[in-house]
Amino acid sequence: MLLSALVSGLGLGSMYGLIALGFTLTFAVSGTVNFAQGSSLMLGAVTAQMAAVGGGWPMPLAIAAALAVCACWGLIVERVAIRPFVLRGSNVWLMASVALGIVVDNLAMAVFGKEPRALPSAWADEPWAVGDAGIFPLQLAIPVVGVALAAAVQFGLGHTGLGLRLRAAVQNADAARLMGIDVTRLVAITYAAASVLAGVAGVLVAPLFNVASDMGTLFGIKAFAVAILGGLTRPWGVVAAGLLYGLVEAGATTWLGSGSTQIVTFSAVIVALAVAPEGLFSRRRAARV
Amino acid sequence: MPVSLSRREVSLLAGAAGLFGATRVRAAEPIKLGLVAALSGQSAKSGEGITRGLQVAIDEVNAKGGVLGRPLELVRRDDESNPAKGQTAARELMDREGVAALFGGIDSPVSQAIVPIVNGAKMPFMGVWAAATNITRNGATPNYCFRVSAVDALVDRRLIAHVTGPMGAKKPGLMLVNNGWGESNNSGLTTAAAAAGVILAGVERFDEKDVDMLPQLQRLRAEGADAVILVGNAAPGSQVVKAMQRSAWSVPIVSHWGISGGRFPELAGSWAGRVQFVQTYSFFAPQSAVGERVTKALMAKYPDIKGPGDITPPVGVANAYDGLMLLALAIGAAGSTDGDAIRTALEGLGRYEGLIKTYDHPFSATNHDALDSTDYVMVRYNGEKIEPVAG
Repeated sequence: MLLSALVSGLGLGSMYGLIALGFTLTFAVSGTVNFAQGSSLMLGAVTAQMAAVGGGWPMPLAIAAALAVCACWGLIVERVAIRPFVLRGSNVWLMASVALGIVVDNLAMAVFGKEPRALPSAWADEPWAVGDAGIFPLQLAIPVVGVALAAAVQFGLGHTGLGLRLRAAVQNADAARLMGIDVTRLVAITYAAASVLAGVAGVLVAPLFNVASDMGTLFGIKAFAVAILGGLTRPWGVVAAGLLYGLVEAGATTWLGSGSTQIVTFSAVIVALAVAPEGLFSRRRAARV
Repeated sequence: MPVSLSRREVSLLAGAAGLFGATRVRAAEPIKLGLVAALSGQSAKSGEGITRGLQVAIDEVNAKGGVLGRPLELVRRDDESNPAKGQTAARELMDREGVAALFGGIDSPVSQAIVPIVNGAKMPFMGVWAAATNITRNGATPNYCFRVSAVDALVDRRLIAHVTGPMGAKKPGLMLVNNGWGESNNSGLTTAAAAAGVILAGVERFDEKDVDMLPQLQRLRAEGADAVILVGNAAPGSQVVKAMQRSAWSVPIVSHWGISGGRFPELAGSWAGRVQFVQTYSFFAPQSAVGERVTKALMAKYPDIKGPGDITPPVGVANAYDGLMLLALAIGAAGSTDGDAIRTALEGLGRYEGLIKTYDHPFSATNHDALDSTDYVMVRYNGEKIEPVAG
């Protein structure tokens, strides 16, 4: 049972981490988050399913199309639901992004249909035996991709020109603007990138679970809890928090029963935040007095 | 020769003409029947099947002149598998559309939520899928809820008998959806197992939106379960089967019929055919004259139906067809669309040669379920088609 709990927990946890990574990116650069991240995951999965199954496209092309749609969606969220309100100094972007997510979920329902559908994959058909747990190859790919993308984000921030500009914008947006950095464009890029990260999660989980227009809601909520838990500004922190969250969730179900899963998991989140209000993996800021 | 009429005569003639016109309009006015069912979401196929069964029956009734000289008309509302939305839809159909009776859909929690409303409003309610025992056995007097469908308490006895009989299990474990329907079956399966002297390995629950059922299954496995009895709809049911496939746990799986309300074969993949589940009717078995007539009508009305395998989900179609026919007979016998008169007429119906069987006094004052355990059939998926299995 330990092995199966680990397999389940790491699989789901790395997916939460991937979505939460998107929260981290946008919050670091703009102090805002896309509360429609769950919809980004849904768009990735739905587009891949429609292209691969409905359109008969080769899977790589379907995935590329799905991620392109997610990138465009991220840009739309930033332009429509975030930027206008941030420019006015209002926090209404929070509700606006939620509302936009609901709109796109319903549009997706109209286009994709109201029923859950499957996205078959050879990577999620024949399991590999791991004790009595068993694992699909795709389940192993999710943590690998999650960690690789977290590493890429970390590397990109520290060792690329774009990363340098992003860090400059994070430290002092006004100074960055004076230095000729187009901060507005940077924020838009991070929204597109955040949406693509959730889209990757959607494409990865689609063959394991069912594809539906409302599939992103619960994932989005849990991923936000993970982002808060991980520290919101720490890419590695949110990935680690995602894995931890997934393990607690699977462990609670395995040893305490399915009735206790949500009680234990969200209680653990509250306790963790009470102990570490800025997140489990966040550096404490020195307070100037 | 011009005729001059006094003002009084003119107004009398106008009144008479209006009255005559109104009577003519009333004669042609359809009797509306409401359907509150899942027309979207994971159980959308159930709503589609019910609609088809009802519509084919309505066409048949209307072709013979309707009921009380009036055609029947179906008015549908989507409950989205949500009890609150189901209640709103039921009220709207009663208050604004003026339906004479309501039909229910696949979701027991929705029907359970509607039961007090229809009993309060004296509105006949015909369940044609949802199987929770307390939908018809709800304690109300008088009770306006009837059903042409399975009853959990009886299905559960059949599931226990099937899994321990033909499938050879000694210690089955339960995987139940975490809602009122799951609890109805928890009670029914536990009682049925105790009555049969069968020890259950355990009871595990899952939510409709859960995506990984492996931990629950591993608990049952650790408790020594040698079969799984599944109660859930198509999407979560497919996740149960996928998790079993992933862990290569190839014990027998028997299921209540919720899985047939969606795209279970597509969602569950290559293990879908391993699940044996209960239905009230199979269009594959040798058909009666009614069966042949209904199949022909379905093929004529719906181009995607080329044969019995395309009539999916069969239980929705068949239950709805018989449910509507019985209700139409009752309205005719009642001589009006008054709810109380229809209820009394339903309880007094005699013999009727239906699709599922020939009914003989299908309902009484104390029994509002037209089907019993002898009407159930165990089936499995073969591709997209539902075929009977032995036992």
